[in-house]
Order: sequence, then C-alpha cells, then structure tokens
Amino acid sequence: MSPLLQVKNVTKKYGGLTANNAISFDVAENEILSVIGPNGAGKSTLFKMIASFTPTTSGEVIYQGERISNLKPHIVARKGVVRTFQETTIFKSMTVRESVVVAQHLRAKASLAGYFWGSKTAKEDVTAFGKYADELLEFLGMSEISNEQASNLPQGSLRALGIAIGLATDPKVLLLDEPFAGMNHDETMNMVNLVRSVRDERGVTVMLVEHDMPAVMNISDRIVVLNFGEKIAEGTPSEIQNNEKVIEAYLGSVDDEIGM
Amino acid sequence: MLKFTSKQLIGVGIFLFMIFIGVPLIIGATGRWDFYFTLTSVALLAIASAGVWLTFYIGRINIGQGAFALIGAYVSAILVVKAGWSFWISLPAAGLFAAIVAILIGMPILRLRGVYFAMITLVLTQVVTLTALALPITNGAKGISNIPLPSGISVFGIPILPDFAAMENTKLAFYYTACIIMILTYAALYRLVNSRLGHLCRSMQQNEELASSIGVNISYIRIVIFAISSFFGGLGGAMFGSIAQSVYPSSFQVADSVNFMLNCFLGGLGFVFGPMLGTLVLYFGWDLLFEFGKYQMLIYSTVLIIIIRFLPNGLLSIRFGKGGDK
Repeated sequence: MSPLLQVKNVTKKYGGLTANNAISFDVAENEILSVIGPNGAGKSTLFKMIASFTPTTSGEVIYQGERISNLKPHIVARKGVVRTFQETTIFKSMTVRESVVVAQHLRAKASLAGYFWGSKTAKEDVTAFGKYADELLEFLGMSEISNEQASNLPQGSLRALGIAIGLATDPKVLLLDEPFAGMNHDETMNMVNLVRSVRDERGVTVMLVEHDMPAVMNISDRIVVLNFGEKIAEGTPSEIQNNEKVIEAYLGSVDDEIGM
Repeated sequence: MLKFTSKQLIGVGIFLFMIFIGVPLIIGATGRWDFYFTLTSVALLAIASAGVWLTFYIGRINIGQGAFALIGAYVSAILVVKAGWSFWISLPAAGLFAAIVAILIGMPILRLRGVYFAMITLVLTQVVTLTALALPITNGAKGISNIPLPSGISVFGIPILPDFAAMENTKLAFYYTACIIMILTYAALYRLVNSRLGHLCRSMQQNEELASSIGVNISYIRIVIFAISSFFGGLGGAMFGSIAQSVYPSSFQVADSVNFMLNCFLGGLGFVFGPMLGTLVLYFGWDLLFEFGKYQMLIYSTVLIIIIRFLPNGLLSIRFGKGGDK
C-alpha cells in the first residue's frame, strides 16, 4: 500500500540559511508520527511546508498521490491535511462551541447565498453543525466549557480547543504543533490519551512536533529526528532511543581534546 | 438565528413607527421642514457607513468609502443625464459599478493589514476625486448639475413608483425613499452577519491564519465583503447625488471617508446597528454645536475623543454591554 503522505526531498532556504535540507520520509495511514529535534532544527518550518503555510524552496509534499506543497493553505485544508497552532492562535472572542461550529464550514452543503436567504439545506446544515459540535466536544471531554469564551480558557483547554477546531474540519491528517508544551505530567498523559483516541476512534493520521521526550516515546509509532535542518534518524521509539546520532545531537558529541 | 425575541420585535416596531409616522408628524407640528433634509442625509450616510462597518468586520480599517460613494454618485448621474436611464435603474447600477471597482482595487490591496490598508484606502478617496476632475465624462470641476428628479415607473400602466418631479413635497418622498433603502441595507447586513458568511468573517477578523487552516478561502471572502461594502457606498452616493441634483468632485472628500469610519466607531463595531446610531449622533451633534461658532470644531473633537476613550465599544455598549450582535 502506498503511503498516505510523502515528504520528498523538501528543502527550505531563508536567504543564506537552510532551515530544512532535502528531508524525505513517508507517513502511513493511521499512524502517529512525531518529528523531534533540538531547538532550531527546522521542525516547525517542515510542518508549515506540509500544510502549505509556506512554500518549499525545492522538493514536494505528496498526499494521496497528489502534490500539495505550494498550494494555498485553505485548499490543502479542504483536501484533508489540517494543522493546529500553539495556544495563542485561537478565535479569541468566540465561545468554544462557536469555534467548533465555524470550523465545520467545509462540510456545508448550502451555498453562502443559501445561508443568507435561509434555505432548507442551510437550516439542515446549521442543525447538523450544532449537533456534531456537541458530539465532538463531548468526545474531547470539553462539554462543560462549551459556552466559555476562548480568551478566558486556561492553557490546557486552549490546546484541546485547537485540536477540536482541527478535528471539526474532518481531517485525514492532523498536524499538531507542540500539543504537550507547558503541561505537567498529568495533563500531558491526558493529552496523550486524547491524541491516541483521535487516531483510534476517528481514524485520523496524526503528525506532531514535540519537545517532551517521554510523551513522544509513549505516543509515537514512528519518530523522525531533525538536527540543523537535516534528517538524522527515522524509526520506532526504541530504535531512536538507541541511535547514536540522536544521542549525539541531544547531548553533544565527545570532544577529544578536552576529554568530555 | 432566525428567531427574534418579542423585545427585539417591539424595538424594531417602535423604530419603524418613529421613522415613517413619528418623524413626519413631529416635523409637521413644529414646522422644521429642514429636518427632512438632515434626516435624509443621515439615512444615506448610514447606508455608506454600513459598508465601512462590514469591512471592519473582517478586520480591515476602511477610510475609503468616500471614493465609492463618489463613484456611485457619478455613475448614476451619468446614466441619468447622458444615457437617459431611469434613476431607479441607475441606482443598483451605481452600486454594482462601485462593487466591480472594489473587486479590481481590492485584489491587490486587501492583502495588506492594519494601518497599511487604512492608508491606501485613505488615498483612494483622493484618487477618485482627482480622476473625476480629469476625465471628460465627469465634466471636470464643473461636475454634473441639473440632474432631473427621479421619474416614475409603471409596469403595465400601473404606477409602482411616482414621478418625483410631479410631486409637491419631494422632501418627504426622498426621506421615505432613503429610509426604505437604509432599512433594506441594515436588514441585509443583519442577515449577512448572522449567516455563515458572517461567521466566517468573524473567524477571519480574529485570526486569519487559523481561519485558513480550517479551509476558509480568506482572499475570496475579503473581496466579496469589500465588494458588498462598496456596493452600499455606491448606493448611498448615488441617492445623494439625486437629492442634491448635482455631483462635483468635492461631493465626497477625504473628510467624508473619515466620517464614515467615525460613525462606525461611535456607534460601536460590535453592533450591526451601531453605524446607524453613530451617523445620527455625529451628524446632529455637529449641527447642534453650530451655535458655538468658532469653538464648534474644538468642542466636537473633544467630545469625540472622550467618547472613544471611555466607550471604546461605542455608544450602543451603554445599553447592551460589551460586544454581542444586536
């Protein structure tokens, strides 16, 4: 079976700086794949290119046999590759439920004019959106805060809201940007379970960028490691943990001269 | 979404009663016939302000509505005077023309955000004024004067709209026409804001990146909204030209563009009916301060600064609290 998403020789240069150099890997359907690496390794840039929020300098991203790099971000989202953001990127003055309802607009059957005149399809859409929003928020354990204004939410809930907005678009591939950042152990474990249930129960393929190593090792089927814009390793969590290049990237190499 | 509370219905009822019966009765009793012109102007400026409000709704500060009002006024005047069209057909044509211009101009400039977009729209008014001065069809600085009053329309011999020139009281007729168009504009605006397009606009206003990540075609919606906004501007401008029976390059200037924006600020950006109230207060406020002579501008601007400082969500926030769509 061919992979769901392929990253092929993707390179990104900002002036003289190479943020990503000829990165290639495949993402299989229904897997959880993490991209890790030290600060400045180019993880976020890679994510932006997959979701087409920034064009590639060279190389391409293939999704279901179709090139999606360098398209407009909303077109890639419509095809089913949806990214989430870190917690500050939300619809501040909407409630949780409103955000999730708005995010479902891709499923709308009625036209914009249909909504204006209040056609029958539009009314059915509105009912369906509301119903699905309640269902999704219950699935994510967010029913209690569904009428809270987003700007009043604590950090952990904002992260969950980001995922809820992403899921509401009915994605095939969900790209999560640091979903565990700034969380304590319990919160992280909750989020790990949540992400896993998104894959298991909704059949969504998940890619994530993350710093939290225990969480990454726990959740990932496979891991891709970047360092200074290069891919240095790819494999299962146990392979990655024992990979010399990875240990070197994280802990630094032994310097012979000073013997450390 | 489609349902109104009884309180809202009563409010709308009182509002309509005041406009169509209350005001004419009061003016008849007091004999202040000049108020008709003032109120008609308020209604027309409120239509153009509604457009500005809509661009605020996608997070863009629009100081260029004067340009589209001027375009509307000229298009209608030219169609009536030179092409012999009926005013009632030239009115939507003026709005459509303004919308088409907005699409062409909007494509490059709507990518800009914040103060950069504001600056470009500010210049736009000046550009249209200068274009009107230069083009032969607009008749330069002399403008187009002696525009005939709107003629009647009949379908199969049944009069639908009366001939304004044959009327004794054109002021009242214009007042009613302007009010009806204003009410239609705000009804459309209310409906739009509370439909899916409105929700998408809100998502864009709050975060364009996140909006595009959920598949919103932000550049398309920006252009649609800017076109609708300018349609309202063209409509208001065309009606204005018809009432004044003349259009000059100076009919709408940068100051008018700024006023359209102030109307929205004053009334409240969170309320659909904000610009209507804002226009009324701003227009009447200026007139009332006339007695202060040379201090008129000073008092007017001081009051404006105080209102914007202490009521950042506009006058309607006194009644309805912060935000929310009334």
